[in-house]
Amino acid sequence: MTTLATAESAVTVAEDAHQVRRRRRLSPGKRWPAARLTGPLLVVVLWTAASAAGTLDPGAIPAPWTVAETAGRLWSDGTLATDVVTSLRRAATGFSIGLGAGVLLALAAGLSRVGDALIDGTVQLNRAVPTLGLIPLFILWLGIGETFKIAIIAIVVYIPMYLNTHAALSGIDSRYVELAEVQGLSRLRFIRQVVIPGSLPGFFVGLRLSVTGSWLGLVVLEQINATSGLGYMMFQAQNYGQTDVILVGLLIYGVFGLVSDSVVRLIERRVLSWRRTLSS
Amino acid sequence: MATHTEQLTRPAVRLHGLTRSFKGRTVLDGIDLELPAGQFTALLGHSGSGKSTLLRAVAGLDHGVEGEGRLSAPERVSVVFQDSRLLPWSRVLDNVLLGAEGKEAAERGRAALAEVGLAGRERAWPGELSGGEAQRAALARALVREPQLLLADEPFGALDALTRIRMHNLLRELWERHRPSVLLVTHDVDEAIVLADRVLVLENGRIGLDLTIDHPHPRSYREPKLGEYRERLLAALGVTEDH
Repeated sequence: MTTLATAESAVTVAEDAHQVRRRRRLSPGKRWPAARLTGPLLVVVLWTAASAAGTLDPGAIPAPWTVAETAGRLWSDGTLATDVVTSLRRAATGFSIGLGAGVLLALAAGLSRVGDALIDGTVQLNRAVPTLGLIPLFILWLGIGETFKIAIIAIVVYIPMYLNTHAALSGIDSRYVELAEVQGLSRLRFIRQVVIPGSLPGFFVGLRLSVTGSWLGLVVLEQINATSGLGYMMFQAQNYGQTDVILVGLLIYGVFGLVSDSVVRLIERRVLSWRRTLSS
Repeated sequence: MATHTEQLTRPAVRLHGLTRSFKGRTVLDGIDLELPAGQFTALLGHSGSGKSTLLRAVAGLDHGVEGEGRLSAPERVSVVFQDSRLLPWSRVLDNVLLGAEGKEAAERGRAALAEVGLAGRERAWPGELSGGEAQRAALARALVREPQLLLADEPFGALDALTRIRMHNLLRELWERHRPSVLLVTHDVDEAIVLADRVLVLENGRIGLDLTIDHPHPRSYREPKLGEYRERLLAALGVTEDH
């Protein structure tokens, strides 16, 4: 009887048991190599195909090869190189100033109550004012030269830098602050070993926003008041109906934006390698 | 032996009339206490009895808490928390060396890691450690400072039972080798009996029972002699056991 019972229950177990199947994955899975280039490449392919098929009006959207030819011509006569260098210098200078200011203000506001009282409200107010709306005032203050352009880019950059760095900094777990007190860390070491690494995730979010922001500011600035630079080149082309030149300018902006964003991402991934997130 | 006794007579921690209160609720109500240098003391109490408040007061971590009384503690104090509290963005060795000064600090850090059985994990990220390993690293971080007083706030509370037993042995070994004064805050009566040579029970903001456990180490949970201590401590905590 017992053996029979055991055999029976063994059978029931076997019927109940399922083959173990791997659970459906909810994270997006492994990263593809060079995945971020797929979208832009697809756009270029579609553009080429449409131009070759003759579905695009060459006056409105010139074919890729026309654009490439124009770029080559502008490059060999030297105007493109000058314009690119001018634009890059403006973006880099304004960006560096904005970056430094944003980080320093975030540290000051996050680490001292006086700084918090003086800075945070002021930056929030500054944020509410559209920066491009400051252009007329800045021209009156700083003249129509390089200074006001760099100042505007610096403002465009410092706001997201400040906001994101400050948010990450104030979000640092108070238990780590307590630990630093227990371990007898000096203020400087506390900043270096707890505050800065703890606010890096926010810093990088700010960096990516402001890198693209600085390019955006540049386009507007160079189209309003400039005698050189990519935006100026495009503005002139508009007057003469040269859509191919405009496209060259847009493509360069796009490539610069994509490259700078990728560089920031690369640095971010190396610096924040201790984090394991959905995207890794 | 004589030097040992001499050491024991010099108190490492002295509390006199220590009171602490939160929003008018008295948590510590005039505590007088002396912890001799090199003694392993456990502090028992219900949750909310103020044992962590006492430990934080001794550690100097109670900013903005109302209270009075005199309090003296050694200069080199280490704290082990319930969570390992390793900085996730620093590798294990850098975590152990947090706040350590001097050229040979890295060497001492490696030695401390080897002592807690984590040799070879210096370059690991804290996120790669198991709960037990993380707590070992936290112990190494506390040891590197060569503390005169080691404060531990339920350091094994978040570990599984098997890991906890191994950590008990490790802590006792480390104590025997380095001889800091230890104040171990716990709510686990067995943990207190197995580890400590003196057990204090905190009740209503005062030391309700001060019990010396005179029994050779290593101790096991199952020794009948320890059962008497257990009953006395449980009684002091207001718990009666029906067998």
